[in-house]
Amino acid sequence: MSTQSSRAAARLMVAPSVILLFVWMIVPLAMTLYFSFRLYRLLSPDRTGWVGFNNYTWFFRAPDFWLAMVNTLALVGGVLIITVILGVLVALLIDQPVKGQGYLRILVIAPFFVMPPVAASIWENLFMHPQNGLFAAIAQGFGAQPILFLENYPMPSVIGIVAWEWLPFATLILLTALQSLSSEQLEAAEMDGASAFSRFRYIILPHMTRAITVVILIETIFLLGIFGEIYTTTQGGPGSASTTLPYMIFKQAIVAKDIGRAAAGGIIAVILANIVAYFLMRGIGRNLDA
Amino acid sequence: MARAVTPARTWMMTIAAWSVALLIFFPVLWMILTSFKTEASAVASPPQLFTADWTTANYAEVWARSDYPRFFWNSVVISVGSTLLGLIIAIPAAWSMAFVPGRKTKDLLMWMLSTKMMPAVAVMIPLYLVFQRIGLFDTKTGLVLALMLMNLPIIVWMLYTYFKEIPGEILEAARMDGASLWNEVLYVLTPMAVPGIASTMLLNIILAWNEAFWTITLTTTKAAPLSAFIASFSAPQGLFYAKLSAASTMAILPILILGWFSQKQLVRGLTFGAVK
Repeated sequence: MSTQSSRAAARLMVAPSVILLFVWMIVPLAMTLYFSFRLYRLLSPDRTGWVGFNNYTWFFRAPDFWLAMVNTLALVGGVLIITVILGVLVALLIDQPVKGQGYLRILVIAPFFVMPPVAASIWENLFMHPQNGLFAAIAQGFGAQPILFLENYPMPSVIGIVAWEWLPFATLILLTALQSLSSEQLEAAEMDGASAFSRFRYIILPHMTRAITVVILIETIFLLGIFGEIYTTTQGGPGSASTTLPYMIFKQAIVAKDIGRAAAGGIIAVILANIVAYFLMRGIGRNLDA
Repeated sequence: MARAVTPARTWMMTIAAWSVALLIFFPVLWMILTSFKTEASAVASPPQLFTADWTTANYAEVWARSDYPRFFWNSVVISVGSTLLGLIIAIPAAWSMAFVPGRKTKDLLMWMLSTKMMPAVAVMIPLYLVFQRIGLFDTKTGLVLALMLMNLPIIVWMLYTYFKEIPGEILEAARMDGASLWNEVLYVLTPMAVPGIASTMLLNIILAWNEAFWTITLTTTKAAPLSAFIASFSAPQGLFYAKLSAASTMAILPILILGWFSQKQLVRGLTFGAVK
């Protein structure tokens, strides 16, 4: 239906976005790949050269690399499990006939708009701090020793903070899906004597499957790159107990100023992301109506 | 036929739902309350929910520190600037993909989304080096560019899902009535597209404002926005809780308010139209 000229115009209109994104993706990636095979330390700039796979083998042999991989996956997996399960529960609760539902939504969505450094800093100082934090005060109220959250349980603490930030996102999306469920179906099931649990299991949950998939897909994209929360709270420590892959690469680049090694880490991160993305895109393709 | 909802049940559910919502909101509330306390009562033991000596001095003090307004201004420039630039580039693209879709349009959209999955750390090193070489490091221009590119796929996607809902028949009708292309765009499409563009803009300002990876790695002090400022704000052992809270409250309040306005659009925007 559309004419030849309008097609040409359409291509011209898409071109800037495509070219920019292509350059944004391919140029840095090519450079990272190049650096990953080079000896390139900002602190000794005159010593350069090809080093083969040395930067990669350094990474694989680094004592904290596998820990960082485990931490990265634990962060993604842990936050996904917490936010999806709690998200379903909170969404079900808010969807009940309650008073002031609009205000409830406003309260529940708030953490999502808190920038990561602020979220991390509130939790670190006002809640988890072993002397002045609210949790320490509560523990003392019960006569217990304050828990050293960020010292003794750095990863669970970071997971908790990130889960708090992303719970609103999951809740809001699941709530939106829930509200599109026709109440007639539920009423019919109720009249037929279906219990609350079987109504949830056979009507509500299947209806929410698509929304749950979408929550998992989108959250994973963002969670793989979590950085600000760790930077603000634990700086990857104590030791490297809460170092994730992005943070380890950041340390190599900005702190150790070893560009070659950091680049090799970047390429490893790309491979990890591609493995995850492969599964994501298979799921997301079915769920997005492009 | 309405479901039988007894008043008792409604009240029970209301209390339960409000308790959960307040629990989720509590850290934000606690931060806001702390920002109005004196430093002494902020760390009082046992902690006080409300304090007798309310003060707004923390806000005045944080604001008076010569650097805070600069961080704030940097945040405004970077988030609004990157969003506007992104819109200028994305609107024509989304427009033509929605109204003149080709065989490859869907693949193209998927490819754009896949660029979001590229880990930022993988592109950080070249960007860091290039920015230092060409003088964009620690400049607002540099951050505007970086954040624009980071959010461009989301902007294109959001606009695309909005534009796609504008019925094509309206365009044909206008054309049959003899409207010129310019009139068509100005009087028919623009009014229908404005709400979609506005919510895209809102959501992307929020995303850019809260961005904390590029802002930390690509700035030191000159162009650092609030996210970088707060991240480096170390509270030495609880001495500055009230001021930290005041600074944090000021950092999130504009976005919290924008966010509350855009929460309906947030769902479809961040799910790329998959959940509406």
